[in-house]
Amino acid sequence: MPASIPPLPAAEPADVREVRELARTWADASGLRGWLTTVDHKRIAKRYVMTAFAFFALGGIDALIMRTQLLRPENQLVGPDRYNQLFTVHGTNMMFLFAVPVMLAMGLYMVPLLVGARNVAFPRLNALGYWVYLFGGILLWVALLSDTGPDTGWFSYVPLSGPEFSPGKRVDVWAQMITFTEISGLISAVEIIVTALKCRAPGMTLGRMPIFVWAMLVTAFMVIPSLSMIATASQMLAMDRLVGTHFFNVAEGGDPLLWQHFFWWFGHPEVYIIFIPATGFISALLPAFTRRPVFGHNAVVLSSIATAFLGFGVWVHHMFATGILQLASSFFTATSIMITIPTAVQIFCWIVTIWTGRLQFTTSFLFILGFFVTFIIGGLTGVMLASVPFDQQVHDSYFVVAHLHYVLLGGGAFPLFAAIYYWFPKWTGRMLSERMGKLHFALWLVGVNLTFFPMHLLGLDGMPRRVYTYPDGMGWTGNNQLATAGAYVIALSVLAFVGNVLWSARRGVRAGDDPWVSDSLEWGTSSPPPPYNFARPPVVQGRAPLWDRTPDAPVVVGLATDRREILVTTAMDAEPDHRHPDPEPTIWPFVAAIAVSVFFIALMFTPWAVVFGSALLFPPLVAWGWPRRPNQAPGVTTPAEGGA
Amino acid sequence: MQGALDAAGPQAAHIARLWWIALGVSAVVYALTMAALFVAVTHRKRAPAVPTIEPAPDAERRGRRWVGAAVGATIVVLFAFLFADLVTTRALAAIERPREMLTVRVTGMQWWWRVEYRDTVSARTVTTANEIHVPVGRPVLLELESGDVIHSIWIPTLHGKRDLVPGQRNVLTVQADRPGIYRGECAEFCGHQHAKMALVVVAEPEAQFRAWYAAQHAEARPPADSLQLAGQQVFMSKACAVCHQIRGTPAGGRVAPDLTHLASRRSLAAGTLPNTRGHLAGWIIDPQSLKPGTRMPANEMRPDELRALLAYLESLR
Ligand code: HEM
Ligand SMILES: [Cu+2]
Repeated sequence: MPASIPPLPAAEPADVREVRELARTWADASGLRGWLTTVDHKRIAKRYVMTAFAFFALGGIDALIMRTQLLRPENQLVGPDRYNQLFTVHGTNMMFLFAVPVMLAMGLYMVPLLVGARNVAFPRLNALGYWVYLFGGILLWVALLSDTGPDTGWFSYVPLSGPEFSPGKRVDVWAQMITFTEISGLISAVEIIVTALKCRAPGMTLGRMPIFVWAMLVTAFMVIPSLSMIATASQMLAMDRLVGTHFFNVAEGGDPLLWQHFFWWFGHPEVYIIFIPATGFISALLPAFTRRPVFGHNAVVLSSIATAFLGFGVWVHHMFATGILQLASSFFTATSIMITIPTAVQIFCWIVTIWTGRLQFTTSFLFILGFFVTFIIGGLTGVMLASVPFDQQVHDSYFVVAHLHYVLLGGGAFPLFAAIYYWFPKWTGRMLSERMGKLHFALWLVGVNLTFFPMHLLGLDGMPRRVYTYPDGMGWTGNNQLATAGAYVIALSVLAFVGNVLWSARRGVRAGDDPWVSDSLEWGTSSPPPPYNFARPPVVQGRAPLWDRTPDAPVVVGLATDRREILVTTAMDAEPDHRHPDPEPTIWPFVAAIAVSVFFIALMFTPWAVVFGSALLFPPLVAWGWPRRPNQAPGVTTPAEGGA
Repeated sequence: MQGALDAAGPQAAHIARLWWIALGVSAVVYALTMAALFVAVTHRKRAPAVPTIEPAPDAERRGRRWVGAAVGATIVVLFAFLFADLVTTRALAAIERPREMLTVRVTGMQWWWRVEYRDTVSARTVTTANEIHVPVGRPVLLELESGDVIHSIWIPTLHGKRDLVPGQRNVLTVQADRPGIYRGECAEFCGHQHAKMALVVVAEPEAQFRAWYAAQHAEARPPADSLQLAGQQVFMSKACAVCHQIRGTPAGGRVAPDLTHLASRRSLAAGTLPNTRGHLAGWIIDPQSLKPGTRMPANEMRPDELRALLAYLESLR
């Protein structure tokens, strides 16, 4: 453990009576009731993360079955019908139920702590978001296990996914699962935006806001247009299927390529919705392991913003084989190539940070190094794919499968693991085992490269993707076997990780409040944090609030302790603006989520669900917003008297 | 073998060249970045373990210069790549503009390919399935259409892929410079048996191609003996004729592959099985076990009926 300098004393401790009262005010009910009614962002986010990893494991088992099927030519393990469901659910699950939710959930946990807030902006809405996500995920997996899993790919191209070629409920399951997860994603985005902009600790101007918070803010701003687009498109598909509209039906004047434009206008930014939070992790972790601030703070932040803008301008590079106009494709080649520049800027800034820092070789740091080694390969193949002629050769081949996994695993999963090793002590008060961590890392690095590197060669050798089998004598067998072996190494690595988490959560070394001697606010409260996060929220005076903290640093006083209250600050300069009551725990988001689920699932069968679903949803929403007089504090909109 | 780098025609060759350039440049870029990272990691500074809040200004200045240079180099490399891409695109476009081209219409169907040569002389079209014959050394225009969902034609040794989109007419020019048989597959996921939707391009010297074309142009041979005649009757009386066409007979179905010259083709069921007697028999009796999900239903018949049918089908050269 790198605790090489003694931690500074915690900022002026609140007195014992105050802390006890805060604990009482912010406590959840005990037992199941507390579990169902909590509005604590940390409990909800932890649940999100664990649920997302459960889906990751399921999606991984799914991938193992696919890889085992492809071990030999003409293998008989699963037939085409099953396989098509498997790869559809794998892709859908990994994107919609694992990668995006896990990144947003990390934001929901960490952003309030990093900005010194007591909770997210709309805690009850946050609870609804989680339940809706959970129910949508369960729908997808129950459908797969009962042989109704969607089978038209995670992109569900029409007309294959339309009513004519996909009768039955499989594609409806897909479309509704999209609706569930997009609602949850949009809720998370709103939480992150408002929390980051309005709930920052006094003194944390935008210029002092941590890069990770910037990254989550940028991500949340991408989520809103892109996820609303896919939610709209999936509802159009559902209407084509259910009530006979013809948005995508050529025979009636619809357009199948319209779907692809919608889908990729969402689908490409989706990759950055996964990648930008991951860059945020790296920027959040590097200071702790290099003992210096990230080099080029502003350049790194501006690069994220530039990436987000450009991310909406490249969707056509997924459609180069559709025969669109040559001029249009040159434009999209150019934008696709340009988008590498901001990423390159970030990578160079991190390398300089490492170069000029004093390194601590923790598991987290190793995962960051693994990010560079792996992700850059995916980035380089991405530049190649931007070329129309080259893309036409390898599009929809295993080359693209290799590319996308290098990007998603290299650029998403490596930083995510780094972040989990780093923040686990924050969440649990215990360290993850470094020895198990290094084993996990080694297996992961080897497994990922062994699985996906040979796929580049398979693609160049002409192997299309989404095939449940391939003929003998094509020269594809050897590379498929390597890839399959690699998938098992990945599985071992994930087992090491899960074992480490389960063991360390109970037996791990106690962490203390700030085991890495980090620079950012989340380490300024105890580990794990109390339900109210900060007894007295800190006042920020620089970009590294814990490193430049003095023992007499000012704190926020004057927030109520006998009722839930948060401090709202101005968006630019984080000047204290007013105190705001924070809602009590309640069961209604849970009940509302059940009503929403009944609504969406019934919608697969009858359009009348709109009528009775809304009726069902109405009572919990009314109850949810029903004010509770006794707790309403007077004068909630007066400026905070104890701002700083 | 159907590798994109074993180019058999000018288009695939141009793309393969672009690939080698991209690979070379990427390898250099990757090596340089990894070298920088390696030095960054191994280069140990004797700094104190206390966090630096304000790093030394001259080091920061050097860092900024370093990042600026690296970003500049990146932009130069990207422009070079964009240039190579444009050169390749133009070279490909140039091949696509000869005056007179053999035109083949290819229609993607759920899990097989209809191939039609429209004849300028007679009104009759040559129709076959899953096998495109082309003369060596001449560009051939493929007109791409879909009969159901989106498919994508991909013959890696000849060219990149192009989608077959319902309601839209796409084209792709291919040219084979050496005689040979080039395998291709459907590359866009198109449902249940997407995996078994292969095709071959048979590139032949001009004379051989003309002979093939003339033979395909003819109507089906009438049955030569009583066994074949019985087989033809089986074909017409069972469900076969509802879906399949045999030109010169009453069988006129269009939803399944044309069988007029079935025996001259190399494979059955879109590249799934070699065209042998055993496979043909197995396919007719129980196609679902050979290609689960195929649109062709099973056909029950007595052994003597099957024998006659096979004799007839094998006469369709
Ligand atoms: C755990 C290790 C993983 C393995 C062994 C694996 C393996 C595979 C395989 C075999 C396919 C099917 C390729 C095809 O036929 O097209 C696939 C597709 C895919 N994977 Fe993974 N995968 C893994 C993790 C992930 C993760 C973490 C993500 C996302 C964050 C992901 C996203 C996708 C997507 C989007 C597809 C495309 C699905 C489609 O073609 O519709 N995978 N993966
Ligand atoms: Cu197809």
